[in-house]
Amino acid sequence: MSTVTLNKVCKIFGEGELAVFALRDVDLEINAGDFVCLSGPSGSGKTTLLNMIGGLDRASSGEITVNDQRVDKLNKGDLAEMRLRNIGFVFQAYNLIPVLSARENVEFVMQLQGIATEVRHQKAIDILKEVGLSGLEDRSPSELSGGQQQRVAVARALVSEPALILADEPTANLDSVTAENLMDLLRSLNDEHGITFVISTHDKLVMSHARRLLKMHDGKIVDDIQQR
Amino acid sequence: MKGQSLSLLTTLGWRNLWRHPRRTFVILFAIILGVWFMIISAGMMIGIVEQQLKDTIFNLTGHAQIHHKKFRDDPAIEHSMSAPSKELLAVLNSNEVKKWSSRIRLPAVVTSERESRGVTLLGIDPAREQGLSFIGKPVVAGRALESIDDKGIIIGRRMAEKLETRIGKRIVLMMQDKNNEVADRGFRIVGLYQAELEATELAYVFVGLKTAQKLLDIGNELSEISLLTDSRKDLESLVTSLRVAAPDLESMSWQELEPLVVLTMEFYEAFMIYWYFIIFAAMGIGLTNTMLMAVFERTREIGLFQALGMRPSYIVGQVLMETLILLIIGVALGNLLGWFTTDVILANGIDLSAFAKGTEQFNMSSTMMLTLRTNDLMQINILVILLGLLASLYPAIKAARYIPVEAITRT
Repeated sequence: MSTVTLNKVCKIFGEGELAVFALRDVDLEINAGDFVCLSGPSGSGKTTLLNMIGGLDRASSGEITVNDQRVDKLNKGDLAEMRLRNIGFVFQAYNLIPVLSARENVEFVMQLQGIATEVRHQKAIDILKEVGLSGLEDRSPSELSGGQQQRVAVARALVSEPALILADEPTANLDSVTAENLMDLLRSLNDEHGITFVISTHDKLVMSHARRLLKMHDGKIVDDIQQR
Repeated sequence: MKGQSLSLLTTLGWRNLWRHPRRTFVILFAIILGVWFMIISAGMMIGIVEQQLKDTIFNLTGHAQIHHKKFRDDPAIEHSMSAPSKELLAVLNSNEVKKWSSRIRLPAVVTSERESRGVTLLGIDPAREQGLSFIGKPVVAGRALESIDDKGIIIGRRMAEKLETRIGKRIVLMMQDKNNEVADRGFRIVGLYQAELEATELAYVFVGLKTAQKLLDIGNELSEISLLTDSRKDLESLVTSLRVAAPDLESMSWQELEPLVVLTMEFYEAFMIYWYFIIFAAMGIGLTNTMLMAVFERTREIGLFQALGMRPSYIVGQVLMETLILLIIGVALGNLLGWFTTDVILANGIDLSAFAKGTEQFNMSSTMMLTLRTNDLMQINILVILLGLLASLYPAIKAARYIPVEAITRT
């Protein structure tokens, strides 16, 4: 069963002679539980494709379906609701909420979802333990290292058990050891929870963890490799 | 909005406020100052109006009066009325009426050895005037009238100066009696009274009620009955009862007797709202600017909220919540400061005696008392909070309109 389906998706930035095709008629199906890496040079359209799937930006044309919902047809409020219920994000720059502690950052999405206080407290503590941050729950983002912050971001993306996690260059700001640990963690979470991962990256280490590697160039998927 | 989301918005709002303490303190100071200024202005304006009203009621008007139907147009002796009937006495002695008194009130001329002046003669029952009008208060020199047939006269302190006379001297009162003949009689000045306004001291002279009736040869007839109730409001039913009890007479509330005072009160009430808006405008611009800066600085964070699934309405709510917390703190401290200023620092009023000539022109007492009414405080607080939220609506909507992908990548 497909979690994500793209049908002839185009994204054009600018108009007229200044128009730039970021995505050109992209067709793609990503199955539930898959672990997909989007690779390619800068400007190849990896991040744009992730943004389209996540409903953070709108496609110029084409159809995008996530978990049976037509993302391209949703209004801003419904898109937010769709992201809240179906998608977890991990960004390159960690993007934690600075005024909330690690545990509160993890609880943030659950709080928006209306999950009861005791349940979300416990889930947050459990998931932070799972990503190796036990004992650091009450630290603010500024008191955590880059790797720890990225783990909090992963915990936040995972905790509400979304159908899909989109990660944009998640290891870009991490040293190689931390990056390796993070990828091992993501892969094990994929194995254990069956959550679909789509990760954009330049990093060969990340690519090596993927089950499916999609290579992009000039806004097109030019290669689709099943790895292991 | 669910309780949990509200608690999230409150947490975010509160913590975001203290990310830039200096900026928060500056805008908080502006709100406190604005609210304080509104309270002080309201206190002054209400104080002026209340004082004018109090002076008017205490200056022989009372809460209601009863006259001959033509007396107000022509306060001549032939427009006197008979002593109150049983029915009227029943209403006047009911629980609705706190105090009442009968009076003779006629235009007269008072003459000393040196000067003559036009005045209004009041024949009063001194005992009944206690707490009903200013003449019930102790005199500043000499003695007060002791009974309705007291043979002495009390004049204003200022009048004594004008007539170049003093206590113990005789003055002559002249007026028309019932037969249109000049009635005159010498009175010995037994006391001098002091009123809030100099004009009052020049306007009235007081003798005993019975003495005035005898002088005018009018038996038990009266010019007016003035009364006080427990509250100056809700006089309608009492005035109706008076009208039913004395259909041949004219019964009027103070609002009907002093329409100018009512108009002044209404003017001040309306003016205050405009005044609040003017004060708020300065505060509101600062608030909008602060929240715009906050939203601009947190563009990336707002993009993150959107990416994580926060609905646009929640983003609006988040900015409004931050403003609301700021406003609640500012309004609370502003109220505290306002209360401290009016009830502690200026508890004895503002002394305007240096501008006595000017205040007299406006029928104002030389001491301005600041008055705070609960409903005016509520009005100020609600207005500041509502307008404050309105002022931050623009930044809030701007935040909600960010495109997630643009917001989250902004550096």
